[in-house]
Amino acid sequence: MGANSLHTPPPPQESAISRAPIERQSRRVRLNRARRYLWNHVVTGLAILSTIVVIAPLVAILVYLIYKGTSSLNLAFFTKIPAPVGEPGGGMSNAIVGSSIVLALASVLGIPVGIAAGVYLGEFGRGKLLAGAVRFTADVLNGVPSIVMGIAAYALIVVEQKHFSAFSGGVALAIMMVPTITRTTEEMLATVPHAIREAAYGLGVPKWRTVLSVTLKTASPGIITGCMLAFARVAGETAPLLFTAFGNQFWSFKLNEPIAALPLQIYIYALSPYDEWHRLAWGGSLVLIVLIMASVTLVRIYANRGVLKGAS
Amino acid sequence: MSRSTGKGADRVFSAVMLACALSIFGIVLFILYILILRSKLSISQFGFKFFTRSAWDPVSGDFGAFPFIYGTLATSFLALLMAVPLALGVAVFLTELCPEKLRAPISFVTELLAAIPSVVYGLWAVFVLVPIMRDQLGPFLAKYFGWTGLFGGFNFGVGLLTASIILAIMILPIISSITRDIMLAVPISQREGVLALGATRWEMIRMGVLRNARIGIVGAIILGLGRALGETMAVTMVIGNHPEIPKSLFAPGYTLASVIANEFSEATGDLYLSSLIEIGLALFLVTIVVNAVARALVWAVTRGAPARAH
Repeated sequence: MGANSLHTPPPPQESAISRAPIERQSRRVRLNRARRYLWNHVVTGLAILSTIVVIAPLVAILVYLIYKGTSSLNLAFFTKIPAPVGEPGGGMSNAIVGSSIVLALASVLGIPVGIAAGVYLGEFGRGKLLAGAVRFTADVLNGVPSIVMGIAAYALIVVEQKHFSAFSGGVALAIMMVPTITRTTEEMLATVPHAIREAAYGLGVPKWRTVLSVTLKTASPGIITGCMLAFARVAGETAPLLFTAFGNQFWSFKLNEPIAALPLQIYIYALSPYDEWHRLAWGGSLVLIVLIMASVTLVRIYANRGVLKGAS
Repeated sequence: MSRSTGKGADRVFSAVMLACALSIFGIVLFILYILILRSKLSISQFGFKFFTRSAWDPVSGDFGAFPFIYGTLATSFLALLMAVPLALGVAVFLTELCPEKLRAPISFVTELLAAIPSVVYGLWAVFVLVPIMRDQLGPFLAKYFGWTGLFGGFNFGVGLLTASIILAIMILPIISSITRDIMLAVPISQREGVLALGATRWEMIRMGVLRNARIGIVGAIILGLGRALGETMAVTMVIGNHPEIPKSLFAPGYTLASVIANEFSEATGDLYLSSLIEIGLALFLVTIVVNAVARALVWAVTRGAPARAH
């Protein structure tokens, strides 16, 4: 590391007062300095090593996934429903469509509530104790395990309806989306310059119009990013769907029936004893990751451009 | 638009926004209420002893959660043991040592790790990590560290250690990215001050950065613990799912989250179901406390720093 030389302490100064103690001390000083420099290099090395150790599994996972996934994808994967046990072929088309339905439902339920709660925190609750409490609760809710959301949705909807349903899965995922969206909306609203709001008030625009058509509009790229991140996070969730959406080997478009979902199907296939199903699990994982990464990356590019536009 | 309707609309609008904000409280309270309601049967049947008994016998209707608590704590602790030093190393590297050009790509890659769904980690663990554990790493550990007594028994490839490793890989990104944010929140002047006194770079990091950021780093670690406690799918797929207290790191175990994932949809009988929901209730309460503590610590450090949208 070249920058190291910048931090070299100056050489010990010759002293005119007494030579002997300084000589003895300088030996100790030199040893001490060698020890400190050695530590410096050791720790630098450890930091670099740990970064490599962390990056390695990711590369291993991604490479293996792409290798296994691409070799198992074919047209049937996207057009066929799962084949009965023991028969080759089959695909995950119903799981892909099922996931889309559940995720669309979760977005419709979760995004408006999340944004509205964020608007309260950012526009109405500034500095209020209640807003602080809501913010804290949102952060805590964000860390609650997804499987608990699954049980809650089960206890709330499935027990009442007495059967598994796509709707209950959507509710479980929607609850998980709310806190993330609330916090990003709030953070994005905080970046909107106050002058813009004042300009709107100055023209006699009521506060609700100002929020909807001025503040939210200015912050919209960032808010959309937040929504997409929340979407990407729940898109891969399996645990909340285990006993809500439940999975389905056939086509289903009804909200009050069990429905197939991509992560669920991957889980079931991964633990099955059939090679054919393992193949489909790898293909499904690749499709799932590509969908998640694509949405996050797209939104990143879009938002990077949009935020600059909004701030200027 | 007349002023009066503007006022009325304002009031309605702010009330709706407030209602949505309060719904977040509502969600938490409601989950708590419904979990208590549905686990009443097992709470009244077993009381607090539910969490100290190790019986798990669905056939005779005898339930105790101790093996799952043990498994959850053991895997989370082992995962933290592996992940924390690595995460700190990555954060130190990214904030203090890394050339400017590498910083963005490495941050991006560690964030990618966070975007991979749990079930995909599980799939990878089942087909890659488990064979490695069974054929290479496991025999190696048994041969050279067998004397510790931790690596005894038969090695199936699935078990506590495998689950802990995949858990460590999964919680690394969250710990390292929050630690990085906290270290970035330490003012530059602190670093410059320590360097000006003739410190080496490591001494600067230790005294100028880590010492200032330690509360926040503890918060980041506890957040990672919260994730580890509740992580479900990947752990369920490789821990072996056996409701006994494992005597070795190779032995199969069970965690709170994985017993729910595995047995919930096939639970027959009200008591069985209500015991599983009580386990969920315990998980909910524990993760709420853990997350509340962690958030408070992280906030204490980063409050003054500019807001960042991840």
